[in-house]
Amino acid sequence: MTERILEVENLTIDIPVPSGILHAVQDISIHVDRGETLCIVGESGCGKSLTSLAIMDLLPKKAIRQAARLELADESIFGISERRMSDIRGNRMSMIFQEPMTSLNPAYTIGDQLTEALRRHRKVSRGEAKDRAVFLLEKVGITAAASRLGQYPHQLSGGLRQRVMIAMALMCGPDLIIADEPTTALDVTIQAQILHLLAELQREFNMGLILITHDLGVVARIADRIAVMYAGQIVETGSAAQIFTEPLHPYTRGLLDCIPIPGKTQRGAHLGAIPGIVPSLVGQMPGCHFASRCPLVDDHCLAGAVPLFDHRDTNRSIRCLRADNEDTQKISQEGVA
Amino acid sequence: MTDVTKSSGASQGGSILSSGLDDILEPSPGSLMRKRIFGHTGLVIGGGVLLIILLMAILAPVISPGDPYDQDLSRKLIPPVWHESAKVTWDHPLGTDLLGRDYMTRIFYGARISLLIGFAAMMISGLIGTTLGVLAGYFGGKVDMVVNFIITTRLSLPVVLVALAVVSLIGSSLTVVIWVLGLLIWDRFAVVMRSATQQVRGLDFVAAAQSLGCSTRHIILSEIMPNVANHLIVIATIEMAHAILLEAALSFLGLGVQPPDPSWGLMIAEAKGMLFFDAWLITIPGVALFALVLSINLLGDGMRDVTAPENRN
Amino acid sequence: MSDVVLEARDITRTFMISSGFMRGKRPLHAVNGVNLKLQRGEVLALVGESGCGKTTLAKMLLGLLPPTNGTLELDGQPLGSLSHLEIARIVQPIFQDPYSSLNPRKSIGSIITLPLQVQGDKDPSTWRQRAEEIMELVGLPRRVYNNFPSQLSGGQRQRVAIARALINRPRVVICDEPTSALDVSVQSQILNLLQDLRQELGLTYLMISHNLAVVEHMATRIAVMYLGRIVEEGDAETVFNNPQHPYTEALLGSVLTPDPSLGVPDTHLGAAYPNPLDMPTGCSFHPRCAKMMPQCKQQAPRPIPTESGHVECNLYEDDQGKMRMTS
Repeated sequence: MTERILEVENLTIDIPVPSGILHAVQDISIHVDRGETLCIVGESGCGKSLTSLAIMDLLPKKAIRQAARLELADESIFGISERRMSDIRGNRMSMIFQEPMTSLNPAYTIGDQLTEALRRHRKVSRGEAKDRAVFLLEKVGITAAASRLGQYPHQLSGGLRQRVMIAMALMCGPDLIIADEPTTALDVTIQAQILHLLAELQREFNMGLILITHDLGVVARIADRIAVMYAGQIVETGSAAQIFTEPLHPYTRGLLDCIPIPGKTQRGAHLGAIPGIVPSLVGQMPGCHFASRCPLVDDHCLAGAVPLFDHRDTNRSIRCLRADNEDTQKISQEGVA
Repeated sequence: MTDVTKSSGASQGGSILSSGLDDILEPSPGSLMRKRIFGHTGLVIGGGVLLIILLMAILAPVISPGDPYDQDLSRKLIPPVWHESAKVTWDHPLGTDLLGRDYMTRIFYGARISLLIGFAAMMISGLIGTTLGVLAGYFGGKVDMVVNFIITTRLSLPVVLVALAVVSLIGSSLTVVIWVLGLLIWDRFAVVMRSATQQVRGLDFVAAAQSLGCSTRHIILSEIMPNVANHLIVIATIEMAHAILLEAALSFLGLGVQPPDPSWGLMIAEAKGMLFFDAWLITIPGVALFALVLSINLLGDGMRDVTAPENRN
Repeated sequence: MSDVVLEARDITRTFMISSGFMRGKRPLHAVNGVNLKLQRGEVLALVGESGCGKTTLAKMLLGLLPPTNGTLELDGQPLGSLSHLEIARIVQPIFQDPYSSLNPRKSIGSIITLPLQVQGDKDPSTWRQRAEEIMELVGLPRRVYNNFPSQLSGGQRQRVAIARALINRPRVVICDEPTSALDVSVQSQILNLLQDLRQELGLTYLMISHNLAVVEHMATRIAVMYLGRIVEEGDAETVFNNPQHPYTEALLGSVLTPDPSLGVPDTHLGAAYPNPLDMPTGCSFHPRCAKMMPQCKQQAPRPIPTESGHVECNLYEDDQGKMRMTS
């Protein structure tokens, strides 16, 4: 029996801008179980980072957040006081950001920053906090951990800083970790190491992990379940195997065609492309958000909002009226051939 | 299918989301800038007041009730028209000074001197500081070291004391005041331009221009300067206000503009003996000075706001 | 057919880095004895981690930075004998970030025609027409001619940068991570465009990238750089199918192909990229090498020819290595 760590239902984020209301995130429902990795994948501006900030209640002030349900381990964290929220943040759920240099304070040592959260949230002595910091630094593969505590962030390389960030996220033993593009700023070799480490630690500490990324290679290797976002909406969810072996939504299929896959894509051949641009999310948009770029679009797609359908395969859903009929299957086969 | 693309294309106005091919996403920088300028209250007020003072100065010979140098001891110390005194007259709306000169006329002509000194000193210091700062920021290394040394040397000189010393040594005139101020207050230009240039210099479009074979002159003048001009405008306004205040201070001390020229600082100095009897003699040039400096500073702050990077895309 | 458009012979670039107050300066060998040949029509990919010297090498090839030692030849002529304008006519760069590579204060038209202006082109009346031709070639609508970079999307901006680089029809284009700042769907469009332009205009690319999936897709030859040296070089297919150097192997092993049946690979490389100011003795890769042998600590490897290029690794100094090579 799995334990549900995070339950988000109908999350919506609106941002007032000079030209109207920007519907940045619309009607997002996601959930994460203990020990599970959910990847939210999408291109810049699709709302994936705002979704994670909304869960942490770290949205910019002018953004309006609405949700039917936002629960961390069966306890609502929606509409609670800032004080209670700051008890939860960094304690029961923590976040790892893309740029480790800007998320570490350059004026404090690694040791200060690692122990600060633990000493604030739990009543532990300085010595105990330090022991835990050394333990976790060793866990994230940092050698000579005890001597690193006195170092400042600028003395560490990018890969080491990201490891420190991960150790910091783990200090209070959280139930859930949200990692927003944790490896985008790093070299490929370091990227693989950091992901490896994240996956290992998640298994060891039995946490829920939400990984937000645009890199389909990363997603394929680490995700249990995937939510594909486009223009503020989830367009497709499913297990990693489902999404990558049989993508259903035309957007997911388009994305997978765009990346060269060593051994599969013919060298030097033309890659797939998604024509057109992401529509503006300011104001109301009737019909399917992907309609303007979709090869399968017909009149029904533009008639009204397209809901997220449950797919006949278990644990899978898709926001498309056309993807699952014979027509589509034919086109997708042509696309492969 | 083409219809779909078109119809949704038409509904795409300004958007923060962009990744595709075929649409102009934003209005042009020029029109955005105009919108921001006129939407900024401080900028509009500052600009408006400055414009009024500028018109006063330019049109002084036309709109003045009298001549700034005409003395009439029989009509001295007439209070301004809002005073409850039998002497007030609409011939002298702001009254007359100790020597019976029309105060309004002298305020108008004083605006000329303040603006002239502020502008000229700002131009001289701007030229020196910008040249030094941009060269240091662009070339770095030894040039930067030398410029930094010059800046540090300059910063260790107290402006007012040096100005006092120079003016008392070679005598005082409008030209001397302009040059002394201009040669002394370029430090902020140099410091700000140096760091702004360093930032822009590291951007790829400068490397692109270099690999196109552009001359250093071209890169500095047409790639870098347009991108640091916003900082330049802001510093220019600050330094202009600074120069105007320094001129007033020097004139007040008797080392700036010499009588009988109508400088606001000098007018305050001439009236300081009358502070308790005829306070308006000090208040009027004081208010004028305050309004001028405030309007220039408002303008500068406004320019900084509307050109700040966080306001751009 | 195999004429060399660009050749680097044993080039080195050393920076003097001050190591603290009153402590004098120490040399940093950013590029340390690199030999490189760029044949007409090929796509040579230069791969390596950040700090390995790829960017310094690219700057030297563009004539922006003189080498401390060694010679560079462009079209058979020493680079030092050419003026900046002459170099610019032969080699042009495309940068990573189209948000920083275009001057925000200039219109698209004046950005694209700048190369014509700089080269002192005789006939300004044709500039607009030539700009529109190249814009069409790179897939930019003509109407953006008078717009500003801030009005365009990332993909469009990168097309502007490509148009600027190509308007004078250079022979070599140095692409420094040309797609890594772009979204996935835009990235594929730009890669397709670069392929098309190469065929249409007969271009030669030197492509600097850390995205090995992109490199494998685009490159005909590959040079792997580590701490200022090219440790392995060869035909793309050979290197990808049969990497010789342990570092190349580790790099290729860390590519994350979108295959959900595979987990995250463990590259065993260790986190620490060595400090280039304090280079390891012997083979500079030995502290991270999975196949380290005792002699690697002292003995710096020399270039050993392979099927299609060379490799610098002590593994292949003995018979065992040669057997492996031929297998």
